[in-house]
Formats: sequence, structure tokens, C-alpha cells
Amino acid sequence: MNLKYLLSAVLLVVAAFASSKAAPRIRPVPQAEAQNAQNATKKQAPATQGGTHEDEGQRIFDQNCSRCHTAPDGFSSRISGTVVRHMRVRASLSQHDEQELLRFLNP
Amino acid sequence: MPRFRLSYLPVTLARLARFALFVMAMLCASRPGSAQDTPLISGGVGFQTSTNGGNTKYQPIIEPLLAAPIGPRVLVESRAAILETWAPRTDGGSGYDHTYFGALTYLQGDVTLTPHVTLVGGSFLIPFGTYNERLSPIWISNFQSGPLISPLGLMSTGTGVGGMLRGSAVSHPKYSIDYAAYFSASSDNEQFNSDRSFGGRADLYLPKPRLELGLSYGRLLQDTHENFYGAHLWWEPKDTGFRLRSEFARGHHAQGYWVEADYRMQAFGGPDSVIGRFEPVFRMQQTFRRDTIVSDGLPLVNTQRADFGLDYNLPHNTRIITSYSRQFSSTGDRNIWETGIVYRFLFPAWKGRSK
Repeated sequence: MNLKYLLSAVLLVVAAFASSKAAPRIRPVPQAEAQNAQNATKKQAPATQGGTHEDEGQRIFDQNCSRCHTAPDGFSSRISGTVVRHMRVRASLSQHDEQELLRFLNP
Repeated sequence: MPRFRLSYLPVTLARLARFALFVMAMLCASRPGSAQDTPLISGGVGFQTSTNGGNTKYQPIIEPLLAAPIGPRVLVESRAAILETWAPRTDGGSGYDHTYFGALTYLQGDVTLTPHVTLVGGSFLIPFGTYNERLSPIWISNFQSGPLISPLGLMSTGTGVGGMLRGSAVSHPKYSIDYAAYFSASSDNEQFNSDRSFGGRADLYLPKPRLELGLSYGRLLQDTHENFYGAHLWWEPKDTGFRLRSEFARGHHAQGYWVEADYRMQAFGGPDSVIGRFEPVFRMQQTFRRDTIVSDGLPLVNTQRADFGLDYNLPHNTRIITSYSRQFSSTGDRNIWETGIVYRFLFPAWKGRSK
């Protein structure tokens, strides 16, 4: 009987996961890929205002999120704000870092 | 794990039903402040096996996490653990014995007071060391079992019921300092059990060498008052797959340390190549008993343990976690084998559309 509840919970998770597939998804840039992109940008042209934000967001992501866990494969843009607010508490982000991280996840 | 307690099935189901009602109420009360603030459900689901000193157990587990913003300043979040443990019968009969466990790990409300201060209220993970808050989720930890010293400083349950102030004191490109300070009341509620205590942690992070240093302190304020001290050092060199994590903790009756090194083999074709997905892990740990009064969850005698792990990071947030450990102590040496697979999920709590 206990397994029935566990199975129900798993099915609920899978169903909810499937229902969220339609939303636009964010894929956090892998560290090496982002580093290469940054290096390429620096060689080609001075950093724009947007590029600066991206660098700052990447730095905050690397320093705070990646320190404990790898980035998830991707997630809906509708929860990016909630993810960042959760990380603000868990990783003790300042308000500035929170805003930069949100901008990084929603360029 | 210290915060896990066995309970009877009917009582547990009633609690789960109450929790489900609470979750529904919280989701209904949620008022997203922006298009990105939809409540989320995250967590991990897995199947684990372990053989410790010849005793094998099988454990399906799910750890759901819910985070729901209420307005621009408040976030309610909670994590639960639901698991079933199966083990071959020890009375000589055939078949398996099994026990069920389901409980909230924490349930807290976070209020942003200032850009550098967040007030946390409710039942929260005690901020001592790094394991409890940062590495204990099944979708994060490199090993199935936590460090031997993890009970130190966690005041029996790993959770506090009360309030906590935390945040980033300084965030600078060259260094950052963050802090957490809490007070917990004594609570006998089975779902939110805690001891009266206070404590906190402060961390210094240096981005250039990617070095983190932290100090923790906790004081138990009931029965025999005891102090707990902790220190941790993490080093994660940039652009490598190498990570070194270590922690020391000292309690009134015992002390110990663990050092963990892991390497994601991304040098061999990148992190997403067949070889690059492998992650060998090694952890060394020792505990030392200072007296014979056992009240802290550490082994009864001095113990040394070496853990050799090999994890594999599959696509789609799935990890295979395996390890072999050899534990040495005067009460007998033993082998510990652990294998498991964990899937991490993260999605909106309900279907909607972006604005």
C-alpha cells in the first residue's frame, strides 16, 4: 500500500513535468561554453552594456550556484524569478546579485 | 540522517494529507510579482541500495521541494522526504521487512528586509557547516551517505524552529562575505521537532582563487548546554572539473573532519562527452571521541573511513552514484557499498503562459 502512494507521487511529478514542456525553457550556459563566448567577445569588440550584465550574471552564477551543484539542463522561463529568489536565500545573495542573476537567466 | 524519524503509517498519511492541503492553500495564496515568479516544484527522485557490513537495504526515495513567492518580498519554501526502506528479514524467514518514512525536512517563510538582510521564519535547516544546508539534497550530494560528523552542530534534528537573519554582508568582485544567525525554540511537535539553541555561520569567498573559508558556531540551550564549533574550506579552481571540499567540526563529546575531492572528467572531450560525464570522488573522514558520553550521533569509538566513489552524470538531470567505503574502528572494520540513481526535476507548479 505504501508503494502505491510513492508511485502516485512519482506519476504526479512526471505528469506535471510533461505539462510544463510547452513553456519556453532556459538553458543556463555551461561554464566552459560561457567562458569561450566571453573570450570571443573580448577579442572582437569592447563589452557593451548588455555584455557587462552578462559577465556579471555569469560571475554570480559561477560563484554562488555552481559552487554546490551543476546547472539543471533547463527550466521554464516562468520560474526563473522563483529560482533566483530561492537561491537568494540559500546562497545568501545580495539584492544586486539577485537582479543580475535574473537578468543573466532572462537575457 | 538526524532529522529522519520513523512514524506510524496512518499518522504519517494524515500528516501528508495536511501537508498537501497546506501546499494547495499556499499555491492559491501565491501572488507572483512578475511573469517569472510562478511557484515551482523541484527536487529529486531516486532509488538507492546500500550494503553496510553485510546488511543490504533498498530505498526508493523522493524529495520534493516547493517554492512559492507571495508578493515581491516573501517566499515560502518547503522540502519533504518520502522514502520506503526494504531489507531482507533478519529472523531467518524469507521476504523483506520494510519501513516507511515521510516528513517535512523544512518549511520556512523568507522575507526580504533590506538588500543585505533576509528574515527567515518557521522550520529551517540549521546553518552549521556546509553539509546540512548545501549538500544534503539527494540531487546534489556526491555520496549517498553524509559525512560521519554531519550530526555535530545540528542540535539532534538538523532543523530549528524560530527565526534566522541571513544575507550577503559584502559582495565585491574580489571577495564576498555572507552570514546566517539563528535562534531556535524547543519544539516537541513531531513534524517540527527542535532543540532550543542559537548559532550561525560566516563565509568568506575569494572569487579569483575560488576559495571559500567559513566558520560556524552553535550552542545548545537546553539540558546540558554544549558548544559546537565548525570550520570549512572549499576550493574549486576555475575552468577545471576539480573540486575540493573539507570541513572540521568539534562538539563537547567528539570531533572530526572530512575532506572530499571530486573531478568531473571534462578534459576528455568536454563535460557532455561519454568520458566527461564520469566523476570520480574520494572522501576521507575521521571522528575522534573526546569522552564516553554519547549524545551527538557520532560513532562510539574513534573511526576512520575512506570513501571511493564513481558517479556518472547522465543527460536530463540524472545521476548514477556509486561508492565503496572501508571503515576502520576498534569495534570492527567493515565494507560499505552504495549504489543509486537520482533524477532531478524542476518545473512550474501549474501550467500558464509567459507575459
